[in-house]
Amino acid sequence: MDLFLKFLVAAVAASIPLLFGTVGEILCEKVGHLNLGVEGLMSIGACAGFMIGMQTDSFVLALFAAFIAGMLAALIYAVLTVTFLADQNVSGLTLTIFGIGLANFIGIYMLGSTENGTLKLPEGITAQMREIHIPGLSDLPIIGQLVFSYSPFVYLGVILAIVAGLFLKKTKMGLNVQAIGHNPAAADAAGINVTRWKYIMIVLGGGICGIGGAYCAMIINSGVWISNNVGGLGWIAVALVIFAKWNPWLAILGSFVFGALRVLKYYMPQSVISLPTAFYDMLPFLITAIILVISSIRKKRDLNLPGSLGVGYFREER
Amino acid sequence: MIRIVKTKEKSRREQMLLRLAAFILALCAGGLFLLVLGNNPFAVYGTILSGAFRSKMAVQATIKIMIPLLIAALGVTLAFKMKFWNIGGEGQLIMGGVFASYFALFHADWPSFVLFPVMFLAGIIGGGLWALIPAFFKVRFGTNETLFTLMLNYIALYLVSWLQEDPWRDPGANGFPKIASFDKSATLPKLFGVQIGWVIALVLVVVLFVYLKYTKQGYEISVVGESRATATYAGMNVPRIILRTMFLSGAIAGIAGMVQATGSDRTLTTGIAGGVGFTAIIVAWLAQLNPVNSLVIAFLFAVLEKGSSVIQSQFGLSTDCADVLQGIILFFVLGCEFFIRYKFVRDQKPAAAPQGGNT
Amino acid sequence: MADTEYAIECRGIIKTFGSVVANDGVDLTVRYGEILALLGENGSGKTTLMNMLSGIYHPDAGTIRIAGKQVSISSPEDAMALGIGMIHQHFKLVDVFTASENIAVGTPGKRLPARVMREKVRQISQSIGLEIDPDRRAFEMSVSEKQTVEILKVLYRGQKILILDEPTAVLTPQETERLFDILRSMRAQGCAIIIITHKLNEVLAISDRVTILRKGKYIDTVNTAETDEKNLTERMVGRPVSLEIERPEPVDPKTILKIIDLTVRKPDGSLALNDANFEVRTGEILGVAGIAGSGQKELCECIAGLCPAETGAILYRKENLIGKTPREIIRLGVQLGFVPEDRLGMGLVASMGMVGNMMLKTYDAPKGPFVDPAPARRRAEELVQRLEIATPSVDTPVRLMSGGNVQKVLLGREIESDPQVLITAYPVRGLDIHSSYTVYDLLNEQKKKGVAVVFIGEDLDVLMALSDRILVMCHGQVTGVVDGRTATKDEIARLMVGAGEEAAQ
Repeated sequence: MDLFLKFLVAAVAASIPLLFGTVGEILCEKVGHLNLGVEGLMSIGACAGFMIGMQTDSFVLALFAAFIAGMLAALIYAVLTVTFLADQNVSGLTLTIFGIGLANFIGIYMLGSTENGTLKLPEGITAQMREIHIPGLSDLPIIGQLVFSYSPFVYLGVILAIVAGLFLKKTKMGLNVQAIGHNPAAADAAGINVTRWKYIMIVLGGGICGIGGAYCAMIINSGVWISNNVGGLGWIAVALVIFAKWNPWLAILGSFVFGALRVLKYYMPQSVISLPTAFYDMLPFLITAIILVISSIRKKRDLNLPGSLGVGYFREER
Repeated sequence: MIRIVKTKEKSRREQMLLRLAAFILALCAGGLFLLVLGNNPFAVYGTILSGAFRSKMAVQATIKIMIPLLIAALGVTLAFKMKFWNIGGEGQLIMGGVFASYFALFHADWPSFVLFPVMFLAGIIGGGLWALIPAFFKVRFGTNETLFTLMLNYIALYLVSWLQEDPWRDPGANGFPKIASFDKSATLPKLFGVQIGWVIALVLVVVLFVYLKYTKQGYEISVVGESRATATYAGMNVPRIILRTMFLSGAIAGIAGMVQATGSDRTLTTGIAGGVGFTAIIVAWLAQLNPVNSLVIAFLFAVLEKGSSVIQSQFGLSTDCADVLQGIILFFVLGCEFFIRYKFVRDQKPAAAPQGGNT
Repeated sequence: MADTEYAIECRGIIKTFGSVVANDGVDLTVRYGEILALLGENGSGKTTLMNMLSGIYHPDAGTIRIAGKQVSISSPEDAMALGIGMIHQHFKLVDVFTASENIAVGTPGKRLPARVMREKVRQISQSIGLEIDPDRRAFEMSVSEKQTVEILKVLYRGQKILILDEPTAVLTPQETERLFDILRSMRAQGCAIIIITHKLNEVLAISDRVTILRKGKYIDTVNTAETDEKNLTERMVGRPVSLEIERPEPVDPKTILKIIDLTVRKPDGSLALNDANFEVRTGEILGVAGIAGSGQKELCECIAGLCPAETGAILYRKENLIGKTPREIIRLGVQLGFVPEDRLGMGLVASMGMVGNMMLKTYDAPKGPFVDPAPARRRAEELVQRLEIATPSVDTPVRLMSGGNVQKVLLGREIESDPQVLITAYPVRGLDIHSSYTVYDLLNEQKKKGVAVVFIGEDLDVLMALSDRILVMCHGQVTGVVDGRTATKDEIARLMVGAGEEAAQ
């Protein structure tokens, strides 16, 4: 039981970068832009968050830096795909290659200025992002550990997802944004500023991805900088969007499931099932592939799938 | 207010000039970036160039980098020409490598005139089958190929990681999970100091150029890529064309994997693709899906990569510089494509409007 | 000049697309409580002009005044704020949204709870005598329901200026009448309405004044009461035209295709064709009438072997064509020409030149793995000569050619193949009158050669002037086959809504 509890807690922690990435990508896809650059956005956010965190020793500033960096990188994608009508697949892929390269490049550049050849976050900031402890609540049996024992990142992520969901489901702007994703021409004719909202959503989504990247750089490797620290999580996030049916609330569940899959190998008692670790690593991707196939076989009209996904919009197209 | 309007499509020559301008602008932007980091961009660019060509060995190394990139880009070209978004070059390359490695590992005793063709075929089949999976589901159920091929990349990657953990693990590696180096007899021969893969790549360039431009199958690919409805209307068997083309696309990526494993790495590692499958997409795109252009672009990219390894030692900048520069170049070229068909204009105030205020 | 009596006043509007001048100094005025018809041929710049009023395009020059005030409309947002509502020819609805959501989207203010919104929609729709289910999603709606939602969108926003682009093209005569009633009641409420159309009878039935455009130029504005069809046509086309379409006598008609109990389902499971029975004969033109989407598309594609049938048969000399691929049909010796509705998306390869397009159906003929573009090039050059196709070269991508020329390429290629059966779906859609007559002539020429021509049309007058027999469809059923020379318009219109079927039972 104790092991199971630990497994759940670890699953939550592992799900967080995915949650940020997925929510960010949902916002972007909701306006019809399939951004394959999540991995790059997260890498850039990781780099910015880590480096600023190291320089300022402030968790809030680090988060802010990751958010801004993610937004700036997403802005490149937005300019290319919204204004310049460039191919979304290629633009996104380029963003990924560029983002990972840039993060690694800056990481190594910064390493060159250190004495001992490692980059490690200072104590002050690690203390700020350590698991919270609310007297009373965190001490509750099971609940305390399961709900009130995480890094502030976790709560930030969940709150963001809930807010994003509320925005889409309950506000006029949310309705407008979805209209853009489904049919930009209709949204345009209804008096919605398509270009402006595409920019806003893509850039905002990029910022959220950036925070997810910061988590990868600052928490996963215990505050030590390593190259490629996002390690494919961005790609899982792209896949998770489908699993979550473009719904930020379902993204919480989806991220948790995939987070659990990612830590399963550490908690699966060897006596029960003994599988090669590579299989566990493969699982999230395998399951996504299976989901893709099943959802296409069902052939049911997916009311959530933004109909214009991947297609640029030019008002005067004749 | 500035708005976008459509213009007459620019001529071939204007298009080329536009792309050239974008390329130069990209170099300027990259230079600015280097300058901010406190380096002399001219010195860095100069070193990249000289680093790739300074010696016979350097040139050989550059070409060695080019080989898988070029071959994989040719594979991607086939699928993209059909507007089948095959993002799975990475996985297809890996599977080609895996299939070929089986023979390199366990049948190194076969005579080379049997072994090499078999490895070559294995690479083709490995990559081809891996690409057939998403093609089948696309044809049968309309499954989204972009995401499916993407997932297959990682599945292939962890397959290799499993192989080196368990069944193909080298017992002589002191418990380190790796696959043994291939026997000399299972390593591709060299020609002019570089593994024979470059000859394969060049042959493929020519074959693919002819295939796309002059054959019936190439014509079919163009029509299917333009519109499935038109292809069906013309009496083409669209599912068969998609399956066939994706098999070929994967097969070519598989050749890249086979060549990389048995020619350069001389073993199978999880790093066999190392992002080549993704970069290949960029190469193919920059080359406008033209095999001959791919040769030029892949070579340029290889120069960037090789040169970047030199700037690491000279300027303390990491080899990732190549990725950054590639990214910047493509950003600019992607942006410039826009000006082929569109332009920006400023809103003219209504001309004959002396009376009344504009709102 | 502060003439507030006009709801809209456009003066000297100029708009160019690249080198094409779509509007060249156009004037247009409409008052509140008035219906203005905007009349012009395809390509005369009507829609362009209206798109400038609704903020989709922006004029290069000229002034627009709304309620007397000079304005610059640079987005649909601006147009909306000025009280201009536009109903586009292709409805601008979000498929997966409900009627309520489609009406609410883009309006100012907070998102109302579904319950409140539903009530509001009901209220407004009842106020003009419309029925609509607020929770129905757009993709489940019929075209006329979609149009209702579009009108409700305008009413919900309280807009006083309404522009409708070819609103009747997709409606049955009865639905058209109902729409006109709604428009009249809106006019009575003081709305300014512009209706774009090229159907003269509708212009005369609904409008107070008519503004005529020709080739982007402003021709004139006349009071509807003071004009007639002939006068309007001459001004629209720019020269006296005889609206007579030649109709030679059928040449030795023999049944070549016999369609028996043909039933086809759409991908979503609904019936596209329901037990269709008819014959196609050589040496005559079989017209097909019906509201768009009554199964014409499936009918054509089924005969061409592009669409699987559920039951039934298409007999060609006792051979059933159902279940055969287009190639197998050709191998049977059936030379079938097919000019599909979607010319660039189905009939042609848009990014290829004429050469590439000429070999679309014959590329497989030469032996060996290679294509042989030489004969295709020769045929392309011949076609350019014979049909006076305007193109810089036979290698220029066909998507860069004008609509009329595109159709000449497509029709030309199909005729070149010496068909026994020639199926044409809406072959004159989007063409100007001159090009349309070229097409009619080409079809008649084929008929005289003994080809069995099937002509899917939308304009009843043309169908009645050109066809030897007219097949009428409604909701996938063949409701009747009438003689093109003796049938009346009323008779066909009744069959188009299925009335004939009831009478028959």
